[in-house]
Amino acid sequence: MFRLDGKIALVTGASGGIGREIARALHAQGAGVVLSGTRQGVLEDVAAEIGAQGGAERVHVCAADLSDPAAAEALVAAAEEKAGAPLAILVNNAGLTRDTLAIRMKDEDWSRVLDVDLAAPFRLCRAALKGMLRRRAGRIVNIASVVGVTGNAGQANYAAAKAGMIGMGKSLAQEAGSRGVTVNTVAPGFVQTAMTDVLPDAQKEKLVGAIPLGRMGQPQDIAPAVVYLASDEAGWITGATIHVNGGMAMP
Amino acid sequence: MSEIADKVKKIVVEHLGVDESKVTPDASFIDDLGADSLDTVELVMAFEEAFSVEIPEDAAEKITTVKDAIDYIEKQKAA
Repeated sequence: MFRLDGKIALVTGASGGIGREIARALHAQGAGVVLSGTRQGVLEDVAAEIGAQGGAERVHVCAADLSDPAAAEALVAAAEEKAGAPLAILVNNAGLTRDTLAIRMKDEDWSRVLDVDLAAPFRLCRAALKGMLRRRAGRIVNIASVVGVTGNAGQANYAAAKAGMIGMGKSLAQEAGSRGVTVNTVAPGFVQTAMTDVLPDAQKEKLVGAIPLGRMGQPQDIAPAVVYLASDEAGWITGATIHVNGGMAMP
Repeated sequence: MSEIADKVKKIVVEHLGVDESKVTPDASFIDDLGADSLDTVELVMAFEEAFSVEIPEDAAEKITTVKDAIDYIEKQKAA
């Protein structure tokens, strides 16, 4: 079950902790993966790492700066050219944070997060959907966050972008459903990555204390949910949000 | 039949997978050719691409038949 042989998947933010694990997992199921991110060197390292498991010819690198609307717009076509086949799976995983309390948040902090975390995924969905609707097949998985549902002090921008992503996904799911294209969301909780490493230890302890399963998540906890949603077996689930958060929130 | 009309017909046949004989000028995309709302949007986008024209949303809404499409594109091309 959940094999993805012959399918091409584009994963944005593939140089980050969760993104690289998603790419690795999709590849392990047989998919061809196109790794995107801003850091060409890191992407190449990730590609080499994934390729070392075998199937190196199914790993491609396609760097792009998603804060540039034109780059986001062009990424799907560029990825298809690299992989030599149309895109079957789009995983919008790239995201960044600019945390601060709202009263100190600058317009620039707000708009940069909304641009990269919400507008860019929209542009990628739009570009991918054109082909997927025509081909009557496709899977889009957007990586949101538990804070898009619960909110979080210091993350008004990030929480707004991630909540927006969930609403966007539900809308796209309705638009694309008649063509067999599904759009779903995975909302990770508190996962150990470079993004959360910067949090002070005291805050981490407090966060873990609020997780019924008693530990931080690992990228390996998130990727299987993406694999499932990308698979043929998930053909009757769309517009859904799968919460993978150790029980931290149960919306 | 004009070159534009020919091309429009071809796009409709291709996109909706209908028999060419059904694509008469008065044929309605939705009522006669089995298109849904997403098909009509995709058709308009295909016309835009094929003829290098921009069809704004309010004009697109009024294009419901094959003839509507041909007339609109001919008018744009003549302008």
